[in-house]
This record gives sequence, structure tokens and C-alpha cells, in this order.
Amino acid sequence: MSEPTSGQRPLLEVESLHKSFGGITALDGVTFEVKSGTLTGLIGPNGAGKSTTFNAIGGILQPDSGTIRFSGEEITGESPDRIAGKGLVRTFQISREFRNMTVIENMMIAPTNQRGESALQSVTPGLREDVSEQEERIFERAWEMLELFDIDHLALENAGALSGGQRKLLELARALMLDPELLLLDEPFAGVNPTLEKTLIDRVETLRDEGHTFLLVEHDMDMIMDHCERVIVMHQGDTLLTGTPEEVQSEERVVEAYLGGSGV
Amino acid sequence: MSVPEDPVADRLPDSLAVYWESDVVKIGATLAAVYLLYVVAGFLLGYGLSGQLNSLRRLTFLIVLYSIGALVVNLHWGYSGLFNIGVVGFMAVGVYTTTILTRPVAGQTPTGTLPGLGLPLPIAIVGGVLAAALVGYVAALPSLRLRDDYFAIVTLAFAEIIRITAKASELQEFTVFGTTLGTGGGRGIRTFPNPVNQFFEGTGAPVVDAVSGTVDGSLVAGWAFVLVLTGVLVCVLWMIVRLAGSPFGRVLKGIRDDEEATTALAKDTNSFKIRAFIIGSGILGFLGIIWQGSQGYISPGLFVPQLTFFIWIAVIIGGAGSNTGSIIGSILFVGTIYLGPGYVRRLIEEFVSLSGRAATFPDALAALAGGDVSGILLYTLDQTSALRVVLTGVLLIWLLKRRPDGLFGNRREMASSIDVESRVRDRQSSDATTGGEE
Repeated sequence: MSEPTSGQRPLLEVESLHKSFGGITALDGVTFEVKSGTLTGLIGPNGAGKSTTFNAIGGILQPDSGTIRFSGEEITGESPDRIAGKGLVRTFQISREFRNMTVIENMMIAPTNQRGESALQSVTPGLREDVSEQEERIFERAWEMLELFDIDHLALENAGALSGGQRKLLELARALMLDPELLLLDEPFAGVNPTLEKTLIDRVETLRDEGHTFLLVEHDMDMIMDHCERVIVMHQGDTLLTGTPEEVQSEERVVEAYLGGSGV
Repeated sequence: MSVPEDPVADRLPDSLAVYWESDVVKIGATLAAVYLLYVVAGFLLGYGLSGQLNSLRRLTFLIVLYSIGALVVNLHWGYSGLFNIGVVGFMAVGVYTTTILTRPVAGQTPTGTLPGLGLPLPIAIVGGVLAAALVGYVAALPSLRLRDDYFAIVTLAFAEIIRITAKASELQEFTVFGTTLGTGGGRGIRTFPNPVNQFFEGTGAPVVDAVSGTVDGSLVAGWAFVLVLTGVLVCVLWMIVRLAGSPFGRVLKGIRDDEEATTALAKDTNSFKIRAFIIGSGILGFLGIIWQGSQGYISPGLFVPQLTFFIWIAVIIGGAGSNTGSIIGSILFVGTIYLGPGYVRRLIEEFVSLSGRAATFPDALAALAGGDVSGILLYTLDQTSALRVVLTGVLLIWLLKRRPDGLFGNRREMASSIDVESRVRDRQSSDATTGGEE
């Protein structure tokens, strides 16, 4: 697969991101692109800066320098909620479910533009009917999503009572409730059993075919090689190379990076 | 005293446990139990009908007011995770603003009392609520970056600043733009007349006359005011239940559990926190107006942090996150810890003849050394407010060990404007019957 040079602009463009914490350089010139409608893998050894990159893209972390563009619009330094509102949604490496809320509430909190998020509309008689009408639709969608992820039987459990794998599912399902254009998934399949992982991957591929875009941090090489169109390799806070799975696999430097043999 | 053990439902026969499910029954039963306790105490103390009615009036008055405060703390802490320990400051802003707005303008006041802006009470109440909400906004703004405990310290400091400002002699009486007004400083300020009392002095006087043959006439206005306050409580409860049971409340719960994850779902959490804080502050301003404002006279000494902490105790007893729990917590707090020591003291004095006085602790100890127990008993019972604190400590330790979530803290109050739970159950049971995936 050769690099398509023409065509539309990449959905996400990350350019020479730098970030250091005191004396430690976490990001040292990260540069990559994610094309619309792809499933892109982001790999690299532990400490390569994958999660830091996610945090910078998601707005939790301010990069010291560099730019991030989403759909051609610069989003560097914007607040996390505005970035998510634009359709760039991320999940966390350690799942961040709302532990004291039920699974169904976890799902229903997510959609944007909920009328009932106005305190006045929620309280005032007459206006609240509109809220409830929208709530019915949100509930329907949440329920479908729960069925899809096979956790509908847990709908009334507190999310904190779920197993690690179930929490991963919940977080992914919750992020999908936002109908994101680009979804950043930080190790979404850690702790998920193989059968379920297969189902999830199928689901992600279907969504990709429908036009959603995914950027995925994953340690399972087989999974990356089998399902991603493109792979970005990070090492020591920098992007080492970008290419198709075949290209990456045959690259000496990647093997070296993973085996820790880099000559610095 | 009577604190319901564990889930009461477990100890009830099935036929009764069904009724216990209802929140109204829970609140009613708790209230009835506390009432019964006070009626028995009044009976033992030899109260007549007027005495009994007055004792219950005072009990209800405090329960209702504490409940309103507890509901706000529950909105802030239980739902949004905002650790507001400046409750009393917002009450002070509300009642001071209203008072200053209603005081007659200079020249029309009786000598020796402070002038104000001479506005009608309804407008002044709106002004007081808005002022409290505004101060809530100002308090919330710089605090948003702070988490739980740091935010708590800011609110506490805010409340103290308000109290000390009200106490400042510079603000006791001053003139701006030709208008003289003031807070009264440390001497305090006379508030506005209670409209309910005014009604029964004027138009409603025949009612008072009619009952004064059987009971003390002043009880009419007293109980009428308590009923008005109960109406306010119902309104506040209605509003907060609707707020909590809505997408707005859902986001607040999300913020409480994990603010960062909530922002990752495209929610502007700061906006939600500020709005929740302002709504609560406004209600607290109103609470100050109907509580301290209705007593005819306010001074900075009424607005000490202890009141904030008492309201918090009520919430902790009931369990954060539950509105029903907040109200039951208030009933139990006022019924036992707050008013209990005074009644116990009167009961002991009634049935144990205690002679003499023990003014200081050494006096009491000296008497004890001499083999006289009554000295230490007298001394202890004299310290009503200290006893409250001791009882609070004991109760907190008990709660910590037995019910760390409070009595109703682990209850599920679903945050949606529709009945999600029954919808889910319907689907789950239809899945099961049609052999759908489980």
C-alpha cells in the first residue's frame, strides 16, 4: 500500500509535539497524521510517550510546543470538553467509569446537546416534557449500545461493581454514545477475553466502514498487524516511523526499539 | 435514642416492609417516632396542651430549617462533590441583604435603630436570594481549580470573611450617595416583621381569639409559620429532586465520581459546578431569611461555623446522595443531638432532686471527691452545647463503624427525568422470556 498523496486532508495532524516534565522529556517531536476512515495503530515500548501523546491531543495536557489539527482546525491547547465536543473523543488506559452510577446512567450521561443539562429546563414544568422526550431517545440508543456490547444485563449495576474487562467495554460503549468522528482508544482490549475482543474488533471495523476513524494504542502485535491499515511507531518520545503493518514489521529499527537496543 | 438500625425493612414483617419502600412513609414514620418521644417527654415534664404544642412547634421548626440546609449540602456534596463548608456565610448574606433592604429609610426609623433602603419585603427577599447567589458565584470562581478539601477551606474562609465583615464597626452605620445604612456591626440589627405574625395580629386575629380559650393564642401564628416553612421545604425538595433526576443532575454525579472523565465526554464541568453552587447558595440565602430573619434580630454571632457543621452532621447521618436521607438525617439530628440534651436535663431535674450548683469543673470534681455525684451531673447537664458536640462525636464514630455511607447513603436514586429502572427491568425480563442473550 503506497502513501496516497492526493485526496482529502488528514483528519488528525500532529506536528512536532514537545512536552517535558522537569528534566524528563516525554514528547520530543511527535509528528503523524491519521486519515479519515482508517483504523490506525499507535505502538511503541513502555514509556515511549503514547499515553502522553493521547493526553496532549485530548487537551488534558498542554504541549510545550507543536500543533494539533483536527479536521483542519487547530485544537492545540483547547479544553478537553471543547475538543470532545468537536468529535474527537478519547478513552483512558485505566478505565474511568463513574463508579457510583449505574451502567445505564454511565451511558446516558454521554450524548452532547442534552436539553436537560440546563437546570432551568430540567425543573420547569412544561419544559421538562421536552427533556423527557429526549431522554427516551437517549435511553433507546444507550440500550442498543449496551446490547451490542453484551452488557445489557448489567444495566442497573453500579459501574464500580463491574469486572475490569466489563469496564473496558462500558468505557468504549460510552465513548461511542458521543458518535465521535475520531476515537482515541488507549489499550481498549486489555483484560477483555479473546472471544469478546474479536467481537469488539468486528464492531470497530464496522464503525470504521461507516466512516468513523480510530487511533488505537495496543500492545497485541497480532491484533495491530491483522486489523490496522497504518501503524505509527513511537520510541523515546518521538515518532520512529509510519507505514503499513508489513512495512513496520520488516523494519529493523522497530524490532530494535522493542528489544531496547537503540543506540542513545 | 431511637436511631433506626440497619435497613429497617429487614426487621419489619413483609406486609409492613412494602410500605417502608415509600419515601413519604420513611420520613413520616421517623417524624412520628421523634414526635412520640417528645410527647412522652412533655408528658413526664407535666406540660399542658399549650406546652406540648409549643415543644412540638419548636422541634418541627428546627427540623424543617435543618432539612432545607441539608438538602442544599446534599446537592453540593452528595451530587456534585462540592465540599461546601461555608453554608452559614450564604445564609448570612441572604438575611443581612434582606434586612438592610427592608429597614425604613433614615428619618422614619425609631430612634436608636438602623436605617436602610425601605423596600417592601418581597422585593427585599428576592434581593437577598440574588445576593447570596452572587456571592456563591464569586466564591465558586477562584475555587474551581481546587479539589475537594482545598475548595472546602475556601468556602469556610469565605463564610468567616462574611461574618467578620458583618461585625466590622466600620460598616455598623455608613452613608453612601446620601443613603444611610449599615450592618449593625457586633451589636446586630433588627430584622423585618414576620408577615405571618402580622397577619394573625390583624386580619387573622379572630382565629387567635377563638383558640385562646383552650391554648395559648401565640401558638396559632407559630404553627402557621411552621406550616409556611414546611411549604418552602416541599418546594425546595421538589426542585432538588427534579434537578437531581435530570441530565443536569447526571452530569453533576459524573463530576463527583470523576471530573476528568466527565470533561472527556464533552461536558464543560466548570459551568455545571458553578451553576450547582449558585443554585445552592441562593437557596441558602433564602434559608437565612426565613430562619434567622424570622427571629426579629440578627447579629454576626448567629453565623458561626458550628451551624454549618450541624447541617453537615444531618447530611452525614442520612447519607450523602439521598434527598430522603437528608431529611431523615435532619429529623434525627434535631430530635436527638440538638434538642435532646436540653430535654434530658429537664427530665433529670424533674425526677432526681439535684441541689446546689457546680459552676466550674473543679467544683464538680470536688463534690465528686466528697462522694456527691450530683455535682458532676449538674455540671455536665449545664453544658448543653458541649453535650451536643460530645453526642455528635459519639454518633460519628458509631456511623463510621456501622454505616459509613450514612443511613441511606447506598440507595439508588437514578438521575434521569424518565423511569429508567423500570424500562430496563422490562427489557431484561422480556429478554429472559424470549430466550435472548443473558
